[in-house]
Amino acid sequence: MRTRFQEGLDELKDKLLRMGGLAERSVEQAIAAYRQHDAKFCEDVFQTEHAINVAEREIDELALDLLAMQQPMASDLRFILAVIKINGDLERVGDQAVNIVQRVLDELESPVGEMPADIPRMGTLAAGMIREALEAFIHADADLAQRVLLRDNDVDRMKREVELAMVRQMQRAPEYIQPALDTLLIARNLERMADHATNIAEDVIFWVRGFDIRHHAAEE
Amino acid sequence: MDCRPRHAEGSRVKTEIHVRDLKAYFGTLEALHGINMDIDHGGVTAIIGPSGCGKSTFVRCLNRMHETIPGATVKGNVRVGDIDIYGNGTPAVEVRRRIGMVFQKPNPFPTMSIYDNVAAGLKLNGVRNRKRLDEVVERSLKMAALWDEVKDVMKKKSGASLSGGQQQRVCIARALAVEPEVILMDEPASALDPISTSKIEELIYQLKENYTVVIVTHNMQQAARVSSYTGFFLLGDLVEFDKTEKIFTNPSDKRTEDYITGRFG
Repeated sequence: MRTRFQEGLDELKDKLLRMGGLAERSVEQAIAAYRQHDAKFCEDVFQTEHAINVAEREIDELALDLLAMQQPMASDLRFILAVIKINGDLERVGDQAVNIVQRVLDELESPVGEMPADIPRMGTLAAGMIREALEAFIHADADLAQRVLLRDNDVDRMKREVELAMVRQMQRAPEYIQPALDTLLIARNLERMADHATNIAEDVIFWVRGFDIRHHAAEE
Repeated sequence: MDCRPRHAEGSRVKTEIHVRDLKAYFGTLEALHGINMDIDHGGVTAIIGPSGCGKSTFVRCLNRMHETIPGATVKGNVRVGDIDIYGNGTPAVEVRRRIGMVFQKPNPFPTMSIYDNVAAGLKLNGVRNRKRLDEVVERSLKMAALWDEVKDVMKKKSGASLSGGQQQRVCIARALAVEPEVILMDEPASALDPISTSKIEELIYQLKENYTVVIVTHNMQQAARVSSYTGFFLLGDLVEFDKTEKIFTNPSDKRTEDYITGRFG
């Protein structure tokens, strides 16, 4: 039994889970900022994003050390590869949260009013996907990861609905163009977050089952 | 570098290895419990497994080296190319000429020059023609990536005066000189430093174009680097035999997984 290596793997898992917690929090903070039009929440997102960036570097360093010093094989190798990729996805989730609050801050400067789009619900759905993908990672549960993949369609559908609604808004009056565009971009940020959750779920499946299901690779 | 054996210059010899129900014994102790394995022509097959799993015994059965140990016997069938190596009437010497072997510890003949070491097998087979010997020695040393380092001193310096890595390449050149079809290697780099090891690995990689190479190694990274197929032995059984990338990224058997991830035992 390679105790030191196992400790390294455990540490890597802990660090990634903490990073996952930060990414989830940044999504919740971004949704709260949008919902409450509050600059305080925007500031929280910036701080969380900074913490995420620090965590990303730490995880990459530890993963690189383990690859270089321990020459992992088989499921250990797949695990570390999955962690490196999930790490990148979580960092991008933090970036998307920042993009959302930047739109919110813009809107705070020139408020126009509510846009008819259920951004909070979409945010809850995207955050839920990230949480479940991380759950799947914690428990090495490929079935749960598979279920996360299915939910991506819901978020995509909601994004298309927001797009149509915002186009209608823009056609209604010129002063709606900017807020409608902002809302549309926020919907796109949330849809990207769901895509990152999908990537995480695919990485979990790769780690656990040992095959790549991305881009329908399994069917080829 | 020309890595083709002379027999590859004309019609390409297809030397596959088919092992059926191979059992090896030390006295009454059964060390291999009925191995079945098909090794394709060309390419490198790595044999891995913990100490005492039977991997060295297995390759030593492929060229009838096992039976040189007092009390050691073999049952079963091994077909290498067109010869049934345990069939009646196949001389062990002929088997070993066609299936060369390189051992863990470089073992050049210490009193012979580098040249004579490489030429030894041919001389033993009765080749006396100077020009022919020169040609074979040069070609073999070139194939073993040693020619440039020793060409000016090969008739003066003894094999034992070289570094460990060079000695091992002399042994490989010696094995290649008799134009084998298969080369068995038993931990060929385990006594060498990383630079010499990488030279041997590079050489193995080049040899695979024209020879069937079977290498026993304790070093799993080495198996992963040089081989296209890997067999995992445990307690005298072949547990898993598959493409190397499959074995090292996603093995099918839990025992293989436990071994290669270091969770064994």
